Parts: sequence; C-alpha cells; structure tokens
Amino acid sequence: MSHKNLKVALIGNPNTGKTSVFNQLTGLKQQVGNYPGITVEKKIGYSKLSENLKATILDLPGTYSLNASSIDENVVIELLLNKNDPNYPDVAVVVTEVENLKRNLLLFTQIKDLEIPTILAINMSDRMDYKGISLDIPYLEEQLKTKIALISSRKNIGIDNLKQLIADYKTLSTEPCLNASSIDVDYFNRLRHAFPKELLYKLWLVITQDVNFGELERNEIAEKSFAKSNSELKKMQQKETIKRYQFINDVLKVGYKVDSSKAKGLRAKLDRILMHKVFGYVIFFAILMLIFQSVFSWSSIPMDFIDETFAKLASFSKEHLAPGLLTDLISEGIIPGIGGVVIFIPQIAFLFLFISVLEESGYMSRVVFLMDKIMRRFGLSGKSVVPLISGTACAIPAIMASRNIENWKERLITILITPFTTCSARLPVYAILIALIIPEKRILGFLNLQGLTLMALYLLGFSMAIFAAYILNKILKIKSKSYFVIEMPNYRLPLFKNVAINVIEKTKSFVVGAGKIILAISIILWFLGSHGMSHEYANAETIVKERIQKQGLTRFNQNYIDNTLSEHYTALQDSVAKNVYKINSQDIADSIAAKKIELFEKVENQEISSFKLEKSFIGVLGKGIEPVIKPLGYDWKIGIAVITSFAAREVFIGTLASIYSVDSEEEATIKSRMEAEINPVTGDKIFNFATGISLLLFYAFAMQCISTLAITKKETNSWKWPVIQLVFMSSFAYGVSLIVYQILK
Amino acid sequence: MKTLAQLKIGQKAQILDVNIDTIPLKLLEMGCLPGNFVELLQIAPLGDPLYIDVNDSHVAIRKETALAITVEVVNETL
Repeated sequence: MSHKNLKVALIGNPNTGKTSVFNQLTGLKQQVGNYPGITVEKKIGYSKLSENLKATILDLPGTYSLNASSIDENVVIELLLNKNDPNYPDVAVVVTEVENLKRNLLLFTQIKDLEIPTILAINMSDRMDYKGISLDIPYLEEQLKTKIALISSRKNIGIDNLKQLIADYKTLSTEPCLNASSIDVDYFNRLRHAFPKELLYKLWLVITQDVNFGELERNEIAEKSFAKSNSELKKMQQKETIKRYQFINDVLKVGYKVDSSKAKGLRAKLDRILMHKVFGYVIFFAILMLIFQSVFSWSSIPMDFIDETFAKLASFSKEHLAPGLLTDLISEGIIPGIGGVVIFIPQIAFLFLFISVLEESGYMSRVVFLMDKIMRRFGLSGKSVVPLISGTACAIPAIMASRNIENWKERLITILITPFTTCSARLPVYAILIALIIPEKRILGFLNLQGLTLMALYLLGFSMAIFAAYILNKILKIKSKSYFVIEMPNYRLPLFKNVAINVIEKTKSFVVGAGKIILAISIILWFLGSHGMSHEYANAETIVKERIQKQGLTRFNQNYIDNTLSEHYTALQDSVAKNVYKINSQDIADSIAAKKIELFEKVENQEISSFKLEKSFIGVLGKGIEPVIKPLGYDWKIGIAVITSFAAREVFIGTLASIYSVDSEEEATIKSRMEAEINPVTGDKIFNFATGISLLLFYAFAMQCISTLAITKKETNSWKWPVIQLVFMSSFAYGVSLIVYQILK
Repeated sequence: MKTLAQLKIGQKAQILDVNIDTIPLKLLEMGCLPGNFVELLQIAPLGDPLYIDVNDSHVAIRKETALAITVEVVNETL
C-alpha cells in the first residue's frame, strides 16, 4: 500500500490536549465541517511530515472509550469500524496525558484490538519532573506493542518525533495488547465460528453499540450467534473494562513510577476557594458580571464601525452601479443582509473568547459542579450553565453546547429553553424601544433608568428560561437515568492558539448557521417589499405626487423641512454677520429656495417609497394580520416589522426605517420618526408606553429566529421539538403582550 | 456496608462493588471498579453532586450514582 497522502486519526480522552496536538501538527491548515446529517464538528488538517510525505489529520471528538454514550463518540466508532470510510485512518495516534495515563490507556487498548497501526503520544511530558513521574519507555513500548512519542503540545516538544513516527507507521505492530475475548470464551468462540472473516472485537462493538456501521448488521450477528440480554451485555462490558484495567495496572506497575512526595499541586488549593459554598458563587457571579460588562463596552466600537461601513457600501453601490433591479438587489437586499450578520460578530466573538478561556482553564467544570443541584430542580443539569451563558451571544452555538449533557431529558429541556435568554439580536430592538418609552432619568443619583430596564429584560429572559424548564420538566414524560459524570481537569493557563481557534469556530457556526438564513430572508424581504401587484403600486409616483399637491406633505416631513430650512437660514445669517461671506439678501433667498427644492424632492421620494411599501406584497401582508395584532397595540406597520423579523429579530429596525421612509438607519432618526408616528383615527402616539412594553415583551419571548429552529431540528433529530418550541414561545409571547397591553392601555 | 455517598470529606475507601445497572459505563471506564481506591474530595452546596478522586480521575458524580457504589473505608493512617 503506498499513499502519497497519509491518513492519520487523532484519538483521545477529553482534556488530554488532543486539540493542541492537532493545532501543533497542522498549524492553521485546517478545515472545520460537519459530519453528514449531524452537527458534530469534523476537523481536518494537513501536515507535512517530510519533504515528500504529507498527512491528512483528522481530529476525532474526545472520547473515554469505544463504548459510545453520545453522538460525538459515535462518530469515532463509526469511522474506526468502517474500512470503506474515505477517512479510515492508515495510522491512529492515541493522545494521552502523562498524569492520567492509566485511565487514558483504556481507550488505547481498545484501539489496538481493532488492529489499526497505533502510536501512543504521551502529552504534557514537561510536567513529569514537577509531578515526580518517571516512565520506562522501552518497557512500555514492548508491553503495549507500540511506539511512544513523549510530547508537550503546550511547549511544542516532541512534535517532530511524533511526525517521524507517523511517517514510519508501517513498522508499527498491529497485534492487540491483550485478549479481551477471554471474558466469555464460549460466547466469543461462537462469534468466531459464525463470522470467521471479521475481527472479534469489531463484532463485539457492533453488538454492544447503538451506531450505524453500514456493512455489518447487528440483527444478522444476533441471529447467527446466541443473543444476550442488555443486562448480560452490560455485565460483560464491565468485565471487559476490568480485564483491560488489570492489564494496564500490571504494565504501569513496572513502567510508571510516581514520587508522591512531590508537589500535589495547585488543584486542591484552588478547588477549595473556587468551589467554596459561599465564595464559589460570589466568584462565579463576579466573573459573569465582568464578562457582560466587557463584552458590551468592547464590542460597541467595532459594531459602530461595521454599521457605518455597510451603510456606506450600500449607498456607494447604489450610486456607482448602473441603476436597475440588480443594483437594487445588491444595495437594498444583499449588502444590508450581509451587514445584518456581520454586525453581531464582535459581541459573539468576545463572549466566546471569555467562555473558551473559562473552559480551557478548567474553571467551567467547577461551575457545573456548583450549579448542578440548583439547576436540577428545574429539570436542567449543571452542564446547562454553558448553553445558558452562551445563549446571551447566540442561541445557535449555545444549543450545540448542550451536547455533552448525558441525560436526554435534561438536554432536551436545555435545548428548548435556551432561546429565551437574551441573545445579541434582541439588543438593537430593546435599545430603540427603551429609548422611546423609558425616560432618561437617574434614580438614587447613579442608576440609569434605561440601563435598569435593559438589565430587567435580561433577568426576565433568564427567569423565563428557568420557569419554562420547570414547566417542561413537569410535562415531559421522558424516562431517562440521571447520568452525570464530569471530569474536573487540572487548572491550566489557557493557550492563546486554542482559545483563538475555538472563538473562530464558534463565530463561524453563527455566521454559517444564522448567516445563510438571515441573508436569504433579507433577499426575500427585499423582493416582497419592492414588488407589488396592485394598480396603486404601479402608479405610486403619480398617486403620491397628486396627494402631496392636494394635501401637502405629512406633518413629520413638513416639520422636518421647516426646521432644516430655519437652521439653514440662521447659519447663513450668522456667516453674513461674522463677515465670512459678503452676500446680499437676494442670494440668501436664492440659497433658501434651492435648499427648499432639494429637501422637498428628498421628502417626496421618501413618501413615494413609503407608499410603495404599503402597497407592496409585504404591506398587503401587514394589513392582513392587523386584526390579529391590534389587541397587542400594534398597527399594520409594526405588523410588517414583526413579520419580517420572524427570520431574525434585528430586522425589525431596518424594516421600520423603510416603512417610515427614513433614509438612514441611524438610531436617532428612526427614533424621532417613531415618536412622531400618530394613530390616524385617535390622533394618539403609536409608540406609547403600553405599546412599547408590549413590544419589548413580545421580543423577549417570541421565537423569532429561523436559524435556531433549524439547529433545534438538527440536534433533536425531529421536527416535533422545533415546532413545539415555536408554538409555545410565540403563543406565550402573544398572550403576555396581549394581557400587558390591555392592562396598561 | 457503606456506600460512597456516606463517606466524609477527605475519607478514603476501597470500592467493593458497583451496581452496573444504575451507574454509567463512563464512570467504570474512568476506573470506578471494584478493588480501586476512591477519595471523597468535596460535596457541593445542597449536598449534591460529589467530587471524588477515583483511580486518579477527578470527577463529579451525582448522589444517586454514589449510592450505587459500595465501599469499605480504609485505615486513615494507610
């Protein structure tokens, strides 16, 4: 067998630094994709082993053994059992950690049973002295029938040696370390007779695992050999595990020595503080506060920049491209659509920066420990903390983070309630509504009332998530065992490279997951908003011009012209007075007249496009749902914005901007325009306190994010749950907004 | 006969038996097997979960899992 391109699989327990090894081997030459049909990340990288030998390196999800208990782990087994898989490795590298070698070797002995050439990489070897560990490498190599690479992925030690071993993979032994079939000789003999061509261990895995193998059918095996009950099988698995540990213990007794007088380490001391029954929680909440504070203050700068850049890009393309449908599509559909995705990148990236630092350092596991009992009262798991925190950035990576919750019921509830947390897409909507209905006052001298309202909304989202979990826990009749095992890794300084790559991946999952949908919807909305069938739509220009001639401009626009003109006049007067220009009164009058025409044309155009929008497909739609949303205090214009923001919440503002024919998306402009909006029948303000609160609550609770529904579908593998999520959240939002509006009105 | 859930913080014990029907295989694979040693390191506020060191693996498990593991306390001076 000669390969130009060697296929290498990196396998290992979680927390062994496997990903660091992967990063060291491949540098930034990696691709992250998904395994078909499931959202488990597939990480492939490329490494140059020598001048003429390249390797494709596959970083498999971390697993403790080949007995899979999650979809991530299934991926590992499915690949290793299927020789026809295009990624089936020529050589496996089992990454272990020197301090946990005993436990890590369990997986190693299983891989060896599959008769794949296997290298044992012992990571974090730089800590051996500190921990008083010494290894007898030649002895271990002989007993484990492998080659050992002592490496330190953090300090980049031994990576070249590892590459060399990979290149020489043909010299590796494929003999198993121990004979696991001795746990039930009779049973395995039968298996061997029934399938003489197959590996015994492979058959055993097919029997005991609930995964897809393609070539081998479990039923077929059960037919040809005698079937065992699940409990018998589990008993055999336990025996197998004990057998493997016996072997490992015997080997390590000779080959692995620890001088226990050496430092016991930082762990105990830090644990005592960070997991303290009082300080533990205080520290955790302080860290949370710090994270949110910094996320908001840091991300506002790049967000403003992105906002401006895309606005400029849109107007630039509008001015410089040949006018026509395509240009409109680009400048009104595609560019704002992409901008609407990019604007969230800073917040999401900063949040995941913090989260991955907490995870890398080992702290997050302690939080899980502290929160488990509390969360369990609501049907959640301590492990739900990570999705709930991530949810404040974006529900998509947050829902994906629920994957390591073992208990299906707890995991399902976590998935269903995560969208209640206030994600970054709700912020712009909250910001403008709060500015509109909450006075800018301070209470007690330093608490900003608007800021407090925003905080209250965050708490509301979180409490609602918890409350919904409580209800779901009561309703859902799913029996599942309360499995919960979490490793408490050693505390470590996070590695910049790992954190950076993690942040990029998480952000990418948002951009790819939400981005595609937001962009597609923006384009559809642009189409629906800029096309219409009615006679009025086709003749919008004439109709509006006639109306303006008869009735004048709308009051807001008339005021706008008057005010701008008087400012212009004062400015001119001032400059004359200061002798900047010497001009006579005739010139001033001319200038004013010119300005007036310019302003009039601008306003006229805005009124035309506003009228067009009203008569477009989407306008018709908005009017159609008006009866349904009227009891919530919304008119058809808000209705349009509610419809368009069904795809993604932040679209609300852009839609209102175009409905109210404001030319820029600048917050102040939209805000003043919204303030001026009057109910044509009653003459009252549309955005009064009651409507504002009703809208805020609607956006807090409603399921306004197609991308989240898509990810729920993927993670739960059924349409049932996203549909329940949508119906439950949105009808709840409707109910709450209805009640609150009717009371406040 | 004691279960792991009845240990005091800092106490060490040897595992006598585990009820394999109620505890996750993952825990067995981490070395929570008859014959191995276990130390109760910490108990979370509200009494659950438990933080243990078993077979040099530092893990947190829930109380119900700990109840399925019978242990024998080893001599403190050992």
